[in-house]
Amino acid sequence: MTIVKSTISRRSFLKASVLAGGGMVLSFSWLAGCKPSAEEALVLPKEWFELNNYIKIGENGVVTLMSPNPEFGSNVKTSMPMIVAEELDVDWKNVIVEQADFFPERFDRQFTGGSQGIRQGWKPLRTAGATARQMLKEAAAQTWKIPVDEITTDNGILYHKQSGKQAGYGEMANLAGTLPVPENAPLKEVKDFKIIRTSRKNVDGKNIVTGKPMFGLDFKKEGMLIATVAHAPFGMRVKSVDDSAARSMPGIKDVFVIKTLLDDYERNGFDTNSFNELVVVAGNTSWEVLNAKKALKIEWENAPDTIHIVQGWQGSQKVTVPGGLESTQGHQLRMEEMSKKKGDILRRDGDPEGAFKKAVKVLERTYNAPYLAHNCMEPINCYAHVTSESAELYGPIQAPEFIMRTLVARLGLPKEKIQINLARMGGGFGQRAYGHHMVEAAVISQKLNTPVKMFYSREEDMTNGIYRPTYTATYKAGLDENNNVIAFHVKGGGIPEHSVHANRFPAGAIDNYLAEGWSLNSNISIGAFRAPRSNFIAGAEQSFLDELAELAGKDPIAFRLELLDRAKNNPVGTTNDYDPDRYAGVLKLVREKSKWTETTGKNRGVAAYFCHNTYVAEVLDLELQDNKPVVTNVVAAVDCGIVINPDAASNMGEGGIVDGIGNAFYGEMTFKDGVPEKNNFHQYRMIRQMEAPRAVEVHFVQNDFDPTGLGEPLFPPVFAVVANALYKATGKRFYNQPFGKELEKEIRLM
Amino acid sequence: MAVINLNVNGKKQAVDVDPATPLLWVLREHLRLVGTKYGCGIGQCGACTIHVNGTAVRSCSLPVSAAQNREITTIEGLSESGEHPVQKAWLEHDVAQCGYCQTGQIMSAAALLRTNSNPTDAQIDTAMSGNICRCGTYLRIRDAIKTAAKQK
Repeated sequence: MTIVKSTISRRSFLKASVLAGGGMVLSFSWLAGCKPSAEEALVLPKEWFELNNYIKIGENGVVTLMSPNPEFGSNVKTSMPMIVAEELDVDWKNVIVEQADFFPERFDRQFTGGSQGIRQGWKPLRTAGATARQMLKEAAAQTWKIPVDEITTDNGILYHKQSGKQAGYGEMANLAGTLPVPENAPLKEVKDFKIIRTSRKNVDGKNIVTGKPMFGLDFKKEGMLIATVAHAPFGMRVKSVDDSAARSMPGIKDVFVIKTLLDDYERNGFDTNSFNELVVVAGNTSWEVLNAKKALKIEWENAPDTIHIVQGWQGSQKVTVPGGLESTQGHQLRMEEMSKKKGDILRRDGDPEGAFKKAVKVLERTYNAPYLAHNCMEPINCYAHVTSESAELYGPIQAPEFIMRTLVARLGLPKEKIQINLARMGGGFGQRAYGHHMVEAAVISQKLNTPVKMFYSREEDMTNGIYRPTYTATYKAGLDENNNVIAFHVKGGGIPEHSVHANRFPAGAIDNYLAEGWSLNSNISIGAFRAPRSNFIAGAEQSFLDELAELAGKDPIAFRLELLDRAKNNPVGTTNDYDPDRYAGVLKLVREKSKWTETTGKNRGVAAYFCHNTYVAEVLDLELQDNKPVVTNVVAAVDCGIVINPDAASNMGEGGIVDGIGNAFYGEMTFKDGVPEKNNFHQYRMIRQMEAPRAVEVHFVQNDFDPTGLGEPLFPPVFAVVANALYKATGKRFYNQPFGKELEKEIRLM
Repeated sequence: MAVINLNVNGKKQAVDVDPATPLLWVLREHLRLVGTKYGCGIGQCGACTIHVNGTAVRSCSLPVSAAQNREITTIEGLSESGEHPVQKAWLEHDVAQCGYCQTGQIMSAAALLRTNSNPTDAQIDTAMSGNICRCGTYLRIRDAIKTAAKQK
């Protein structure tokens, strides 16, 4: 590979380039470490010409595309550049993908989460590609002295058909980079796509299978120290630390207690951290600090109520984090009590109370789900080098923009002096939307005045919170003499948030509808977790609808379609947030692909859900073999609009389903006196190869809607298809997660 | 501290460490072979899987002193350029999502195929159930192992 040396620092140079409006010749030295996406190494150009923030073209036609969003496994590092490459009209084989640093002045939205990367990146990425293509055409038009409209492009080559002239993008890139950026550059017609809708391999595939350093935990800088941390149980704080033994252990440099955020700091919503006070052990190697941590004698004491000032949509508010030592048993009792009371009314249509009185049949069921721990395979970590002048951070982070303000406030440095570089994440699922670990690493580095890589042991990671909340919901429905649903009531709560999306299906399909929510405060920290809230609601609601269909004597798919038909033709209310046609579309597709009507003799469940802008229906078959559940087949139907990278999209879908089966059967975190009762994988059961389904098929509805995301939407319905299939297998309905535990109870009774 | 003689990926080298240090950390921090991952530290997740004399071993639970004079292979030694049939099969099936556990998965799969060139589903399940993948790529792992078995 060609290495082009540059004496100009990357950051300042890029900034200069932005200020100059682009068009400067860029010479990058760090590209030497970057691998091309093609199987064969591409010959790197001598010079790069920057057309805009996403695109650099070399004089030899090789293209570098910046992938703006952090990568946590949803494959945005491949699919986002595919969108740019499509509109730029280049050969994917000539593309090198480079992970962008966090650089909000250059990139629109460097946030991976909420299944929004592709959806929100769609227009900016297309525009970036189309704009650059237009500039290249303009450059060719000026060079050849012909009207720009007569120039066409194909796979990185500019053509003038009339004169037979042609030139590679590389030949025109220098001039193109100096031209003004056109407005409203034309976008391709969907029918003309050549890269989008074709399967392209993960651009990091080879680096992954050969174990190249790509994760935060792999990072090393000469002279850096390693730090690990200890935190209190929930509801407690440090009383005293006896570090005499730890300090004298080999390789240990320092032991201290530090606060991540200052007490009067006005937090933002993503400043969730479970333990603001950490005991830090810093030393030469990971093993030495882990060992020394075990030698600490830490005394904890009960923490009082703590008031956090949190910035919200409605300005600053004071949030009280209660003191006290919480236990799962206590949570369950408090939730049962709350379930008996009225909640906040979230939506009311018609006269639900009156309708229930008229109902011929009434079904009421309560569903419960525990806290879930994230358990990303890469434990939390971050590298930081903080000086009095600047800060450099590198680590796994989904939402760098949300932690920048915190870093600025805590470190006392202007944001221009804080550089966040984005490591590939060993999983995210929402956990790494919260950047407290970056602040922790930074304050540790600042205190030690040296570069530091901070990491959590698995035990620390698993007990550190950011859990999926624990939820409960009671569903009640009334049927008339014709088995039509005339009344529906959902009351859902949780700790610390309620469990209702009041405007989602079946709202809009039932005349008399009431949704209530309630919540309880807690000091156990929670956070986003692969479709937060939806992943509980889908399980509860879609299990309930299954049982309701049975009570009505109707096929569960036909029953749902009937309700969707009502929501389409004569919707109740105006705030329904789903498209009944697309919802019905996935149900019809899954019915066809699973051969629903022709299949008999299987323990088969169905569920459908719409969240994060994508519609999903799933059918799952399972058998009990030696009293153990074996998922034999799952068929999913998905409507996410245009599918950018079909095979990778399937992979994401398969992953969501497998993760869902695992969490439905085994996922559970419990607490005793503030202490999480599981701290590693010998206690916290994760789905393993032998429990994975025998087969999964993911089918996509073919349409030309703008694309939406896939990281989350396949996950929520799994909880219901599992419950509904378990009912077929055992004759018992499953209301309480994790279902594995319930199943063991059932089997003992059977 | 003690001088420990290691044979890693065919290269003999000495490290001066506490003999109780798990091999995982010696590989990652002393020898800079970071393809072997830390996941749990207690031999439960398989992210740190390597080969010792050709057998899959969790390097987080193997003291470096016990690795002396044995043939250690890490992902970097399986094939640095990704030419091992298991690595190639992983690419063909585009298995990885986040990718963190995959080197450990590949090492477990390669060890399985050394002793069983044509494993059944049940044998794959047994051999691979020590490796956790939160992303849920198990189906592709199973398919990739079958593809690699055919190539062998």
